Amino acid sequence: MATGGRRPEHGGPPELFYDKTEARKYLRNSRMIDIQTKMAERALELLCLPDDKPCYLLDIGCGTGLSGDYLTDEGHFWVGIDISPAMLDAALDREAQGDLLLGDMGQGIPFKPGSFDGCISISAVQWLCNANKKSDIPAKRLYCFFTSLYSVLVRGARAVLQLYPENSEQKFSPQLELITTQAIKAGFTGGVVVDYPNSAKAKKFYLCLFSGPSTFLPKGLNEVKDEEVARQSTFMNKRVPYRTARSGVVRNSGAMRKSREWVLEKKERRRRQGKEVRPDTQYTGRKRKPYF
Amino acid sequence: MKLLTHNFLSSHVKGVGPRGFPLRLQASEVRIMPVEFNPDFVARMIPKLSLGEVPTEPIQGYEQNEDFLRTMHHILLEVEVMEGTLQCPESGRVFPITRGIPNMLLSDEQTEA
Repeated sequence: MATGGRRPEHGGPPELFYDKTEARKYLRNSRMIDIQTKMAERALELLCLPDDKPCYLLDIGCGTGLSGDYLTDEGHFWVGIDISPAMLDAALDREAQGDLLLGDMGQGIPFKPGSFDGCISISAVQWLCNANKKSDIPAKRLYCFFTSLYSVLVRGARAVLQLYPENSEQKFSPQLELITTQAIKAGFTGGVVVDYPNSAKAKKFYLCLFSGPSTFLPKGLNEVKDEEVARQSTFMNKRVPYRTARSGVVRNSGAMRKSREWVLEKKERRRRQGKEVRPDTQYTGRKRKPYF
Repeated sequence: MKLLTHNFLSSHVKGVGPRGFPLRLQASEVRIMPVEFNPDFVARMIPKLSLGEVPTEPIQGYEQNEDFLRTMHHILLEVEVMEGTLQCPESGRVFPITRGIPNMLLSDEQTEA
């Protein structure tokens, strides 16, 4: 994990850095656990998976399974890849629910096309930027990683990769440029979402990649007090009356409470839960007379 | 490693491409781990599986057949291969499985990069 000082990637390859001692930190250090879990939460949020649908996800650089545990808690099934045997051993001790693979992401993701509904990665991808063997060419490894990632995702699926790019404090980070260039070459669209850009400690970078047609990039979080504004914005063409917007009656999905869309959404949700629901007709959610 | 994952795993040895699928599985030790049954998930995964020689049209209404879903759930999610090997059908490269974790690391010559 990169802090203000020396970056761990400069000291050698990840399989050596993430040894038993480092792995133990992920098991014991509550602050580390907290940060990793929060980032997993944000990454899953940015993934924009459909509500209440259990998905098959990929966790790149899953490590001890901290992020994976969050995915399990949210009802998803996941496969994790990591290059460090020590970290994977710790994941086994923690009884991580996902399937674990020992592998190098720079060699490609060994799955058939269209396997996963989404992919997250917490604090891992920046390791691809440093060549640890004479034969390593970072750009090639990044390209190999991104092309195989593109292939194993279902069409239209997203990949959200949280990373610590070098020189991120400066205006231009060549490392981030290198990474995004290779991702674009592989066919992805998307961009970087930056949370808390003004805080040196809290600043986090999420590379959001889309494998389908371009969509809106979510807004980064800010220290703004009314966090509802800074969260994911849904785009509607309708104007919401100021009074109703202030009273918080507009939901995340864009449907105003008690409106016809809200009624239809709720009925659909109940159908998915397997409950008996009346069919939708022209009368569904229509305005009734006041004395109804 | 669950059998569901085995169904999606493919060999990424250099030059192999789509012929690297499916990996031949030889299991020497297997374990049954109970997993909470989620009919939605199983029903969605079934069309994505590669099941070898199987009639191309699945039985109609399999999503409602709970017995069928429970059986598939048991096979795909509750059977864990603990020790064994996976073999690439094209290159013959063997990936060992230890403590339930397949080792997919390739040597330099076998990597596309």
